[in-house]
Amino acid sequence: MAIREPTEPTRRDFVKGVGGLLVAISLPVYLDVRQASAATVTPPGSFGPATVPADRIGSWLAVGRDGVVRVLTGKVELGTGTITATRQIVAEELDVAFEKTVIVQGVTGETVDQGYTAGSQTIRTQWASGLRIAAASARQSLLTLAAVRLQVPAGQLTVSDGVVSAQGGTKSVTYAELVGPGGLQGAVSQQTKTRPSTAYKVVGQPLHREDIPDKVFGRFTYVQDVTLPGMLHARVVRPARPSPPRAGASAVARIIQGTLANASLVAVDEASVKNLPGFVALVVKGGFVAVVARREEQAIAAAQALKVTWKDEASLPDQASLYEAIQAAKAGNTRVIQDAGDVEAALGSAAKVLQATYTHPYQAHASIGPSAAVATVHDGVAEVWSPTQGVYQLRSAVATALGLPPQRVRVNYVEGSGCYGINGADDASISAALISQHVGRPVRVQYMRADEVSWENYGTPMVMNLRAGLDAVGRIAGWDYHGWTANRGGRPGPPGSVPAGMLAGFPEPSPPPSPPPSPPLGDDGLNSTPWYAFANQRVISYGVYAPWLFTGPLRSPSRLQNTFATESFMDELAAAAAADPVAFRLAHTADARLAAVIRTVASTAQWQARPSPAPGQTGTVRTGRGIAAVRYEGNSAWVAAIITATVDTSSGAVAVTQVAVAHDCGVIVNPDGLMNQVEGNIVQGLSRALKEEVRFDRSGVLSVDWVSYPIITFSELPDDVRIELIDHPELPALGAGESTISVIGGALGNAIFDATGKRLRTLPFTPDRVKAALAT
Amino acid sequence: MDQSGSDQRSRRVAIGAGATAAAVAVLGGAAVLAERAGLLDRGLSIEVNGSRHQVQADPATPLLYVLRDEVGLKGVHFGCGFAECGACTVQLDGKAIRSCVTPVSAAAGRTVTTLEGLGTAAHPHPLQKAFVDQQAAQCGYCIPGMIVEADAFLRATPKPTDAQIKKALDGHLCRCGTHYRIVRAVRAAAKV
Repeated sequence: MAIREPTEPTRRDFVKGVGGLLVAISLPVYLDVRQASAATVTPPGSFGPATVPADRIGSWLAVGRDGVVRVLTGKVELGTGTITATRQIVAEELDVAFEKTVIVQGVTGETVDQGYTAGSQTIRTQWASGLRIAAASARQSLLTLAAVRLQVPAGQLTVSDGVVSAQGGTKSVTYAELVGPGGLQGAVSQQTKTRPSTAYKVVGQPLHREDIPDKVFGRFTYVQDVTLPGMLHARVVRPARPSPPRAGASAVARIIQGTLANASLVAVDEASVKNLPGFVALVVKGGFVAVVARREEQAIAAAQALKVTWKDEASLPDQASLYEAIQAAKAGNTRVIQDAGDVEAALGSAAKVLQATYTHPYQAHASIGPSAAVATVHDGVAEVWSPTQGVYQLRSAVATALGLPPQRVRVNYVEGSGCYGINGADDASISAALISQHVGRPVRVQYMRADEVSWENYGTPMVMNLRAGLDAVGRIAGWDYHGWTANRGGRPGPPGSVPAGMLAGFPEPSPPPSPPPSPPLGDDGLNSTPWYAFANQRVISYGVYAPWLFTGPLRSPSRLQNTFATESFMDELAAAAAADPVAFRLAHTADARLAAVIRTVASTAQWQARPSPAPGQTGTVRTGRGIAAVRYEGNSAWVAAIITATVDTSSGAVAVTQVAVAHDCGVIVNPDGLMNQVEGNIVQGLSRALKEEVRFDRSGVLSVDWVSYPIITFSELPDDVRIELIDHPELPALGAGESTISVIGGALGNAIFDATGKRLRTLPFTPDRVKAALAT
Repeated sequence: MDQSGSDQRSRRVAIGAGATAAAVAVLGGAAVLAERAGLLDRGLSIEVNGSRHQVQADPATPLLYVLRDEVGLKGVHFGCGFAECGACTVQLDGKAIRSCVTPVSAAAGRTVTTLEGLGTAAHPHPLQKAFVDQQAAQCGYCIPGMIVEADAFLRATPKPTDAQIKKALDGHLCRCGTHYRIVRAVRAAAKV
C-alpha cells in the first residue's frame, strides 16, 4: 500500500494494461486506500474466484511494461519488515533490481491464501515454498521464452536486472518484452533450481524498509486512516462498569472501572442519544451494541452518553485462585506429546527429585493504536478494510456474520498498529461489517482504549507442573511435564471466536477433540518438548475451555510460557546439581546449533562459570545473571539469552542492566531487519516479564488503560544490549518474529535466583512478588 | 496499581511526563482560552502547520479529531484518549501537548504544529532524517508522537545525554520495542 506517487499507475490500470494477471479486472483495488474516496466503491456483484491458485506463477508475480515486478503476497506486513525482506527474496531469485519490485498484499480473491501471517512463519514460508519458489519458477519460464526469442540455447543465457542477454550482450531482451498480454505463464515448481547462496547479491543486505519514510513523514496509510465516500463513524458499547457519567455528552474519553464478562443486555435507551448532534443510528444485535454518527467525535459522545443496563453475571474465577481453577477444570483437550522410556522408574531410582509449578497470567497484545476497520455492506455484497492476519479466514467469519456467501465478501488488508498476534483486528472488522449492514452505508469503527485492551483475545494463562530426577553424577535421569492452558475462542473462523461475534449471538466454537496418543509422538511446536536429550521423558498438555476471558495467539503463544518453565526448571536442576548453568545445558544437548548459541552468548556476556546462586550477595542491592536457551518449535530458530539484573531487596524492584542474545534463524535475509526484531523481542519480553498481567475480578476485566495495564518505558530499559546474529547462508530461512521473546522471562528469573537465592515461578516479576519470595 | 479509576487527572499526572502535565494545564485553561479567542458566531479558526483552518467541530472536541478528520493530518494518531501513551502528540506554540485531551478551542490564537509540519521527504526535519537513517520504526504507530516530542525537547535541551532523552520520552509508549533505535535517532539528530 506504499505506492502513492501520482505517476504510478493504479493497480487496476496496471491489471487492465497487462491483462490476465488475475480475473477481476473490473473490480476496484485501492493501491492507496486514502484515495479510495476518489474511486468507485464496491459495485454490486460477485468478487470473482474464491481462491487464487497457488500453483500458477501468475498468481504470485506480474511484470509490467515498465519492467516493474508486482509481487502478490498472502503474507502481510505487520510492522516487522517482512515485505522488504520478501522483495529481497524475489529480487534475488528473479534477478531483478530490488527497486523494481512492488508489493501487493492480502486481498481475498487476488492474492494466494498463504494462511495466517503469524508465528514467525512469513519469511520461512516465502523461502521454503512461497514467493522464492514462485520467483525461481518465473525466472526459469522467462529464460525458456528468451531462448526462443533470441534463438540461443537457454544454457548460454545470462540475466541481470531483468534483462536476458546472450553472446556477450549482442543479443538481449527484457523480461517486460517477454511477457505477453496473458501475463506470466506456467506452473510453480517446488523442484525449481534456486540460486546458490554463494551468488546472493540482494539477500543478506541490510536494505532500508520501504514503509519507514512514509511512517516518519506522516504519509503512511494505516487502517485507522482509510476513508470512504459517505462514510459514517461508529463506536461499540461493550458491557462495562462505567465511571460516574459527566453532565452532558462529551467526546473526551473516559476511563471505565471495568468490563462485565458474560453480561447480558437488560435494557438500552435510545432516547438517551437520539437527539445528540450527528446521531444516525443505534445498533443492537443480541449483546452487540454500537452507535453511529456523522462525525467521529459525535460517535464517541453518543457511546459515552448511551444509557444501557447489563446483568452482571459475576462468572469469572477469583484472580487470586486462577491457577487452581485452571487445574481443577475438566480438560477439554488432552495431548500426550512425548512418552519416551520409563519416567516413573527413572524418577524412582533418581538420587534427587525436584518438583516445581510455574504459572503465567493472561497478558494483552496492548497495541498502541486500538484496532479499527472500515466496511461497506450494501446490495448483498460486503467489502472490508482490515488489519487482520488472515484475509481469507476473516472473509469466512464476515460472511457468516452477515449471512452472505464468501464470494460476495472481499477483505482488503491494511496495516494497523502492530498486532503481535490476534489483537482486536478481527473483532473490529466483524463489528464494522455488522454495523455497516445495519445502516447500509460505509462505516468506520475505531475502538477506544478499553474496547481494545479490555476485550482482546488475550495470551493464554498457563500452569506448568514439572518433575525431574538427577542421578548420582548430576545428570537429568527423567523429565515429567504437565501443562494446562485456559482457552476461550481464538481466531475467526467462526465469528463467535471473538467478543464481537459472541456478543452478537454467534455460537462459540467447540474445543478441538483430543488427538489419540499414538505414535509418532513428537514435538507439538509449542516448546513443551524440551530441547535437551532425556532418555526418559513425558510431556502432556491439557487444554481447558472455560467461559472466562477470551484468548488467542499472543507473540510466542504457549511457547513463551513453556520456555519460561523449562528454562527455569533447568536452572533449578543445575543449582541442585551444583553445576554451572551454561555447562549444565551444554552437557544435556547434542544439538550443535543450540550449543552454538549458548556458547556464543556466554562469550558475548563474558559469562563466568560457577553454580548459582552467586556467592557473597549480602547487601540491599544484589546482582545476578541468568541464562535461558531454546530450540524454537523444534526447528524454527535457536536462541540463547543471558540477562544481568539487580534486585533491591528492600523494595523488591528488579532492574535489568544487561541483555545478551545469540540468534540463529538460518540464512539472514536482511540483517538490520532481523536486528530490529531481536531488539523488539528483548524490550517486549522484559515488559511482559516485569510488568504485565491482565487484572480482573469476578465481574470482568479491570485492565482498561495504560495505568491499569502498564508496559515498559524508556527509562526502565538497560543501556547494555548485545546481539549476536549467526548467519547460515547455506541453510533455509527460518523465523525471527517471536523466538527471542520466549527466553527473556526464564533468563531474568534465573538472574533473580542468582542474585537472591530465591526462585520466582510466577510471571510477571513484580516488586510485590519479589518481596514475597525474599520473605520465604 | 491503581484500580479505582475515580480520578483521571491524578492517573495522568502519575505517568510523569512533563508534556502530560502541560496538556492537563491546557485543558484546565480551555474555557478562558475559548473566551479569549472569541468563539465568534462564524466559528473557530486555528492555525495548523502555517495554514488557517475553519473548525466545523464543537469547540470542546479534542484537537486530535479536528486535525485528523477535518484537516486531514493522519500523522496525528489516536492511542488512548487519556494522555497516557503520547501517540497523539502535537505542538501548541512549540510545546508538546496531547491532542486527545486538548479541546480544539484551546488552539485558538496559537499555532499548532504536527509531524507533517516539521518536514517532508523533500525537506526532512533532522529528526525525520535520523529516524529513517536509524530505521527507527517497526509498526511506526507511536513514531509521530515521538518525533514531535523530541523536536520540542531538543529545542530546550540541544545537547542531551541518553538518560535525558529517555526521560523526555518516558510518557511515550512503544509496543514493538523500537526504543533503542528511537534513542539513537534522537541522539543523531541532536548532533546535526
